[in-house]
Amino acid sequence: MSGGEETELAGLLRAAIAGDEGAYTEFLRQAACLVRGFTRTRIVRGGIDPEDIVQETLLAIHMKRHTWRDDGPVLPWLYAIARYKLVDAFRRRGRRVEIEIDEIADTLAAPEAESVSDREVHRALASLAPGQRSVVAAITVDGRSIGETAQDLGMSETAVRVALHRGLTAIARKFGRQ
Amino acid sequence: MMDTDELIKSLAADTGRPVAPLSSVWWLAAAASVAVAAAVFAVALGPRPDIAAAIETPRFLFKFVVTVALALSAFGAACALSRPGENWRAVMPYLAAAPVLIIVAVIAELIALPPDTWSAKLIGDNSLVCLTSIPLVGIGPLAIFLLVMRHGAPTRPALAGAVAGLLAGGIAATFYAAKCTDDSPLFVATWYSIAIIGLAVLGAIFSNRFARW
Repeated sequence: MSGGEETELAGLLRAAIAGDEGAYTEFLRQAACLVRGFTRTRIVRGGIDPEDIVQETLLAIHMKRHTWRDDGPVLPWLYAIARYKLVDAFRRRGRRVEIEIDEIADTLAAPEAESVSDREVHRALASLAPGQRSVVAAITVDGRSIGETAQDLGMSETAVRVALHRGLTAIARKFGRQ
Repeated sequence: MMDTDELIKSLAADTGRPVAPLSSVWWLAAAASVAVAAAVFAVALGPRPDIAAAIETPRFLFKFVVTVALALSAFGAACALSRPGENWRAVMPYLAAAPVLIIVAVIAELIALPPDTWSAKLIGDNSLVCLTSIPLVGIGPLAIFLLVMRHGAPTRPALAGAVAGLLAGGIAATFYAAKCTDDSPLFVATWYSIAIIGLAVLGAIFSNRFARW
């Protein structure tokens, strides 16, 4: 954890929360790299694709970005989310995770749910309501902008933004609340 | 198949809507829960009739010292537990303040009073009222705090819920203390604790289901 990385990430996240899409994209790219490194070293047994954890963590970062104190450090916040998502992924799959038992005792106490398989975010996308799914798919899978999506689907930009937000929220919930 | 870069694009496209910082949500929740507790207290309980005289007595006043200490320490711990990566372990020791205060008071009470009065003081007159009133006043605040936990991101959902229960219990007990005519620390240490721990258990159970993310 270098001080420079920390400062850069904090600056990007601050700009992102203020609404800067470019800064947010850059922040999420760097976060994805960090989380990828974090999960790869911790998933010692098979059954979980590290990239699933990366994606679930990015979604959680997005949904919970208001929990970052903008005068506080980013990296401990980011890794705490990644660790929670990693433990949660193992919990949902009904497996033990080989990290400090101290960190997981609380989370393991929860009732288990049905198991879910590969590339979870994509599967969750398929389960969205049709309206939300077409918007989220246009932007994520086809790489459209908000404006293009609005034109293609004959919706207002505001409606596209609302549908995107609700779709992403629904996907994030699928992971957390099961 | 959705790859991570595409996911990042969609998340970035979803920025722009303002998000309320969690600290202001906590302060709002604290104000709202005190208002809710005050309203329930005013409607269902009301202060004891001799409150003007009671204010002159140290035992009555000390109840507020303990309950306010609990509420303040639990508020700090709850805020820390609602954020990932926060050093919540550093604020947990403050939660010992209220128990330590009441234990010291119990010892003082045992020294001050002859042993044959101890059991009467402990049992008091209102134990059932205490056991129902504190949960009654505290359940609204607990619901509010669990909503904040859900809005936040507790990495220890059950523990966060338990502390939310202590916070709700501290607020509820502060109001109930004005109604309760049993001022002995022996009574407070027994019945207030049971009621508050009940809220903490409730908070832990609900939070573990409801505040996962």
